[in-house]
Amino acid sequence: MTESSAITPEQVEYLASLSRIAMSDDELKSLAGDLSTILGNVARVNEVAGDDVPATSHPIPLTNVMRPDVVGETLSSEQALASAPAAEDDKFLVPQILGEE
Amino acid sequence: MTELTNKSALELAAGLKSGEFSSVDVTQAHLDRISATEDDFNSFITVTDELALETAKAVDAKRSAGEDLHALAGVPVALKDLVVTEGTRTTAGSKMLENWVPPYESTVHNKVKAAGLPVLGKTNLDEFAMGSTTEHSAFGNTRNPWNLDHVPGGSSGGAAAALAGFQAPLSVGTDTGGSVRQPAAFTGTVGVKPTYGSISRFGIIAMASSLDQVGPMGRNVADAAALHELLAGHDPLDSTSLPDEVGGFLSAAQTSELKGKKLGVIKQLAGEGYQDGVRTAFTAALETAAAAGAEIVEVDCPSISYALDAYYLIMPSEVSSNLARYDGMRYGLRVEPESGPVTAETVMSATRAAGFGSEVKRRIILGTYALSAGYYDAYYGSAQKIRTLVQNDFAKAFAACDVLVSPTTPTTALKFGAEKAADPMALYLGDVATIPANLAGIPGLSLPAGLADGLPVGFQILAPAREDVKLYEVAGPLEAALESAGGRVLDTLAEGLNAK
Amino acid sequence: MKYEDAIKKYDPVIGIEVHVELGTATKMFDAAPNTFGGGPNTNVTPTSLGLPGSLPVVNEKGVEYAIKIGLALGCEIAETCRFARKNYFYPDVPKDFQTSQSDEPIAAEGQVEVELEDGTIVTVPVERAHMEEDAGKNTHVGGATGRIQGADHSLVDYNRAGVPLVEIVTHPITGTGERAAEVAAAYVRTLRDIFRALDVSEARMEQGNVRADVNVSLRESPEAPLGTRTETKNVNSFRSIERAVRFEIARQATLLEAGEKVVQETRHFHEETGETSSGRPKSDADDYRYFPEPDLVPLQPSREWVEELRASLPELPAQKRRRLLGEWKFSDLEMRDIVNAGLLEAIEDTVTAGAKPAAARKWWTGEVARLANQEDKHPTEIVTPAQVAGLVDLINEGKLNDKLAKDVLTGVVAGEGEPAEVMKARDLEIVEDTGALEAAVEEAIAANPDVVEKIKGGKMQAIGALMGPIMKATRGQADAGKAKDLILAKLGV
Repeated sequence: MTESSAITPEQVEYLASLSRIAMSDDELKSLAGDLSTILGNVARVNEVAGDDVPATSHPIPLTNVMRPDVVGETLSSEQALASAPAAEDDKFLVPQILGEE
Repeated sequence: MTELTNKSALELAAGLKSGEFSSVDVTQAHLDRISATEDDFNSFITVTDELALETAKAVDAKRSAGEDLHALAGVPVALKDLVVTEGTRTTAGSKMLENWVPPYESTVHNKVKAAGLPVLGKTNLDEFAMGSTTEHSAFGNTRNPWNLDHVPGGSSGGAAAALAGFQAPLSVGTDTGGSVRQPAAFTGTVGVKPTYGSISRFGIIAMASSLDQVGPMGRNVADAAALHELLAGHDPLDSTSLPDEVGGFLSAAQTSELKGKKLGVIKQLAGEGYQDGVRTAFTAALETAAAAGAEIVEVDCPSISYALDAYYLIMPSEVSSNLARYDGMRYGLRVEPESGPVTAETVMSATRAAGFGSEVKRRIILGTYALSAGYYDAYYGSAQKIRTLVQNDFAKAFAACDVLVSPTTPTTALKFGAEKAADPMALYLGDVATIPANLAGIPGLSLPAGLADGLPVGFQILAPAREDVKLYEVAGPLEAALESAGGRVLDTLAEGLNAK
Repeated sequence: MKYEDAIKKYDPVIGIEVHVELGTATKMFDAAPNTFGGGPNTNVTPTSLGLPGSLPVVNEKGVEYAIKIGLALGCEIAETCRFARKNYFYPDVPKDFQTSQSDEPIAAEGQVEVELEDGTIVTVPVERAHMEEDAGKNTHVGGATGRIQGADHSLVDYNRAGVPLVEIVTHPITGTGERAAEVAAAYVRTLRDIFRALDVSEARMEQGNVRADVNVSLRESPEAPLGTRTETKNVNSFRSIERAVRFEIARQATLLEAGEKVVQETRHFHEETGETSSGRPKSDADDYRYFPEPDLVPLQPSREWVEELRASLPELPAQKRRRLLGEWKFSDLEMRDIVNAGLLEAIEDTVTAGAKPAAARKWWTGEVARLANQEDKHPTEIVTPAQVAGLVDLINEGKLNDKLAKDVLTGVVAGEGEPAEVMKARDLEIVEDTGALEAAVEEAIAANPDVVEKIKGGKMQAIGALMGPIMKATRGQADAGKAKDLILAKLGV
């Protein structure tokens, strides 16, 4: 493992906030260690393939898969809301939203 | 164990057709077996006995009425709890979805229902299919019927244990990096990862979309082939579903011979660093194949050395995005923070902290890092290029042989807790032989090839993309040759279980 | 600092991102209906809700509309394009990522000719147009204002989630100087007109079918590097766009004058005050972790398809305006009024139905507009081009004069029938009985000898003084032209 691939708990904290997972300091520390180990091993992917190698995003190449613009079956609002943690007026009730996209 | 639970799926199908027994008999026998053994195995998260018997009754009635039925109609099946089942809770092995009852149906379940297979229940798995031991389930460990101190493998550990424990004659699993083939190897059963896109992913809870594939599992090659034929086919609801016609798997398994087949042993996966017993069993299997007329050649796939690295960047990246939706807003668990303000953001964070297990969190964080600004090209981008290199290597190799072969896993089933001792990378190394097929999208199959220290060893066959039939052309006759040389691996277990 | 001073001192650079909701029958990635209204959470499928296991499939019509928009903006249509995931957590985003396009959009590098009020043409460079999906809708409950701050909780309706959007992003628009704000608004208006002409969207700003984000930055001079920009989100009327740009230019100039820095951030526009306020700073939240959407495969629109769509493009508004201006011979001002009133189509159809352009314009912008205004409707909602053409016909045939035609129009608007029917039913047709008209003319001549003298003396406009009594005698049904002819004939002039 190289120094450059060492991940700090502070970095993990940022990643945890990006991925919306609350974490204790112990978790941050332990994950920092795990990530450093894993990245130390896998970082060499960067050195293998040159610019001339195309990326493969899909293992089997398909293109132009589209559907006709025809209305299909929908869920009822009861079905949609059946698993909702909270609902009101046929809508999903969520806690107050701070900050706006 | 009864005579009925000991039968293969095709034997059951034949008996149902001839009227020797009914689907209700068969289904009830398996349900009884499940209740008698679940304390030991814990293969199932949810057993759907009423629904199964209802389906069995309906199939029996149709049969009596002389209706045309699917060849497997009335033969029970178990579904990995990653397969969405309308009206039956679908948990993905996670606390997050502990009480989620889907309002819609997966294509896989639709096909199973249409063919009249009673669904015994939803089998246990590592949370969101992440893990190779089934120790990461929120619903307890599944134990390996061969030895209850050992893991059944994973993530389709429940699916494999249900087969090996004679709780179900057929199982549906999913394979993202080996999650069907590895537990099949660990339990002495047969597991198939079809070509990417050959079985619909619509209604399969996603782990890593570009790698996930549904896989049929059985106690022998022909059973897996028959289930594969049932599940495969184009689905307009899955944009990555192949338009190919599928079929001929069962007849290929039953009528092919090894004579003239070229088996390419992948140099990089030939057993260096593997458990001795695994290497011995693999070599013995090759000798058996050669004795039956197969030609064994060695092929070089140098890029495979990087496959694991690429996988552990691509998979977590897709995981981090696919699992974002579990945020406590629309369905599933919602947890409020213990302190501080209650906002959408803090509830999301508290929910995901409480709902996800440690392995899932580790992969989400790793994936978030790999996709994060400044790292995309170095990690995800480079890993996608390695995919291309692996595909090119396979293409070259397949030009020189019909199928590629290797041990399915470097070791036999580990003991519980073994992974906690290891660093994560050492554990991930267990997937080294199965991952390349997922990266390249090619089909793979694991069948039992003897025992090592009393536990089964898996023999992996890989075929070119969209030529899944080649798996069966080799696996069918190889299974026959191995059985005639050393007996049926599962018979050893069956005897042990009967003796108990 | 005032806008006028700010633009003297600084060179403004603007950039505009326009989102348009496409008028497809279904959503972009699933078969839920794309309709406005309906009960909450009814236009949803497992995919619109982001349920576990659900998968997207691309709507072909959505792609077609995106290509049409790209072509209309003069863009290159990509030979290969991809969808990508834009990852961010927000309750109205069902999957907590938006399916969009990142570095491989469907259309890139075009331009839009924008005509300003005085006829000046500005060319706006378009960087790209890409496909994506809309989010659900939040209603904030419990707070005093219904806005986000202070709300106790929010209610989410996912009917809009997954509705197809095309986002059009400009390159930095430079060199507009004092007209920056005007250009911004005119650009969005031009796009709105294009969307309507292409029939890819209802393009109603007030319903949020078209939404604009406006980037503004200032620099010392056109040679200087670009300054720090702000992005004012969701400005939803042409007037607001203009006001928001003006406000931002003035605000930023004030900061720079005071030696302070402009903060790179998103801002919100407030209709009531015409001001913008700070949203959130550009930060971690913008680490969207784009990557190619693995659940969708690349699109490679065939060149045949693209050319077919190009050939099917209707005449675009700017082209049409130029053509019609030539054909109709209206003044620039008249043309602009017509366009701004949204009457171009109606007048064109009226002319096609046989009316003279001038007459069509006169009726649509005059009496029809007045009646529509009374009912708070658009003129095209109260009468059809065919009806206006019919009315003009009756006038040309001499069966109606302007005054009577107005009465007939009232009847048409009231739903009493076609112009000819209303004319008959209300008994408004101009008197064809020349006897009655002759009598009225003679009477008028006899009663107004002084006027007659003037006419005989060559003062033709004096005829008007005889028309009043004639109209009175015929209850307004006299044909003014015929009456005039008769007067002149009787007087031997």
